[in-house]
Amino acid sequence: MTVGYEPWDTARGAEIIAEHAGLEGATLVILHALQEAFGYVPEPAIPMVAEALNLSRAEVHGVFTFYHDFRKQPAGRHILKLCRAEACQAAGGDALAARAEAKLGISLGHTTADDRVTLEPIYCLGLCATAPSAMLDGRLVGRLDDARIDALVAEAQR
Amino acid sequence: MTMRIYVPRDAAAVAVGADDVALAFAQAAAARGTAIEIIRNGSRGLCWLEPMVELSTGQGRIAFGPVTAGDVPSLLDAMAGNGQHALWLGVTDEIPWLKRQTRLTFVRCGVVDPRSVDDYRAHGGYRGLERALTLTSDQILADVTTSGLRGRGGAGFPTGIKWKTVAQANADRKYIVCNADEGDSGTFADRMIMEGDPFVVIEGMTIAGITVGATKGYIYIRSEYPHAVEAMNAAITAARRAGLLGKRIGGSAHEFDLEVRVGAGAYVCGEETSLLESLEGRRGIVRAKPPLPAHKGLFGRPSVINNVLSFAAIPFILDNGAKAYADFGMGRSRGTMPIQLAGNIKYGGLFETAFGVTLGDLVDEIGGGTFTGRPVRAVQVGGPLGAYFPRALFDTPFDYEAFAARDGLIGHGGVVVFDDTVDMVKQARFAMEFCAVESCGKCTPCRIGSTRGVETINKIINGERVAENLAVVEDLCNTMKFGSLCALGGFTPYPVMSALKHFREDFGPAPARLQAAE
Repeated sequence: MTVGYEPWDTARGAEIIAEHAGLEGATLVILHALQEAFGYVPEPAIPMVAEALNLSRAEVHGVFTFYHDFRKQPAGRHILKLCRAEACQAAGGDALAARAEAKLGISLGHTTADDRVTLEPIYCLGLCATAPSAMLDGRLVGRLDDARIDALVAEAQR
Repeated sequence: MTMRIYVPRDAAAVAVGADDVALAFAQAAAARGTAIEIIRNGSRGLCWLEPMVELSTGQGRIAFGPVTAGDVPSLLDAMAGNGQHALWLGVTDEIPWLKRQTRLTFVRCGVVDPRSVDDYRAHGGYRGLERALTLTSDQILADVTTSGLRGRGGAGFPTGIKWKTVAQANADRKYIVCNADEGDSGTFADRMIMEGDPFVVIEGMTIAGITVGATKGYIYIRSEYPHAVEAMNAAITAARRAGLLGKRIGGSAHEFDLEVRVGAGAYVCGEETSLLESLEGRRGIVRAKPPLPAHKGLFGRPSVINNVLSFAAIPFILDNGAKAYADFGMGRSRGTMPIQLAGNIKYGGLFETAFGVTLGDLVDEIGGGTFTGRPVRAVQVGGPLGAYFPRALFDTPFDYEAFAARDGLIGHGGVVVFDDTVDMVKQARFAMEFCAVESCGKCTPCRIGSTRGVETINKIINGERVAENLAVVEDLCNTMKFGSLCALGGFTPYPVMSALKHFREDFGPAPARLQAAE
């Protein structure tokens, strides 16, 4: 979703970091805020976070790489997350994931060559009684079937 | 007269079109010049009926569902007229699935406007805190202990004892931490209560704060729950404005404030010490215990860390008395459990009931079997770390000890139903895969054991030396179970071993050759 995000800018990055640096245990808060602004956590931001929080660069890098959410490069224009956990598996999620992969020509965890769609697994959206479910750019969709997954994929490709 | 219409804003309802329905109501009413008030409530938990719309009437609230945007014009006709409609469900509180529940924790969920302190108060909210403010710390602790409440996150540790330990600790600062990292598949009760009745969580945490002498609380919500984050933040702001958070709570001498922190997609952060590390801004690596978080928790200070549902149970206990809560349940499992029926199930949703209901009743009678109409083959109870139970164990009562006695766990109360198309060797492999991906890496049994587990189960699937490899899986499971630091590595053997024990036929041919050789 490079569309709608600001391009990386050192001054803007510093501003975001300064905004949250006073919080207790601020690292995750700052990384979230950076990703929200830029769509990913640009590498030059890591030493800046470290300096602001009086941590080593390795510590911040360690936090950044531990969590699945943080991206080191921009995702595709749209992010389609398919729930792959047990409740969705029980409701036919395996076949739907395979269908989405086939339609997009990529496997889960990848971005289409035209940078339009990033397809990712997610482990539980908490919509387990209206399974299978997915999230397209933050919008939740439950009770997926072939027609709905096709529509979601088509929407993401636009 | 203005018609008052409830359209849920719960994520599960939104995922099946509730926002479109709300918009359609607003547009259709405006076009007709009909005066309506739309309240975006939480979900009542009858998920197969979502979006379930309600109309306020003199006879109580009348429900309709599942509603699509296209149904709205005819619904408005019905609502303005005699109420007749194909989607009519009758008086909401009389719907049998809802009526047979015992809602103590979820009593207001789906009923109130989750953004309104006044509505919360009008439905009995903040009476628990008001009473707590008249009691001493010891008196509150006595109530919580006598209620028999045990940690609803899964471990089932007595809440009263945990609170007492923190209350007795000496420190310059103490913290209240709410574990809202509800990562288990098949569970959504935390999400529902945060979205549908967030003030009950705030009230429970506030009572914890004044009991143990903490002035600051954190709610750690997983990033997969953006709606819950929004709802909790809105409720915290409203509670502050009403003088129910901040300095001099409710006019008393007590101070307590809350902050929401958002996780970043690590399942292991649902483990309490890993969550504390994450809150402190570090990798979510599990801590060795002792020291217990009650002694050295967040930022090294004594901390109460409880699940959302544990905190949400507290206001009822303080308001109605410990006995009123403890009167429900069986054995050492007192009170009610918000059970979540999920997966391939006909009538899925949130079913709060006293401990003791059998798994069979939950799946067959209440849940109505599978939505595919095929026979139920396996039920996983307690999330990705819970055991798979076959129909033969459906007489197991929902109770911490009864499930443990059958090598299972109730965990956070999630029940995921699978029909007869499930391949249990694949489910066993998934359990190991999930553990391998989500392991924090601190202890070897979990980090290495899960990876070896995936490899070995793959060999079994390929038919390579099945008997020998099954022995390896069993051995790995024993090492993980007894050698891991936390429940991730320690409980991953439950789904694996239960699949093997109860569904042996899915793991390739039985070892006939060995018998023949004897």
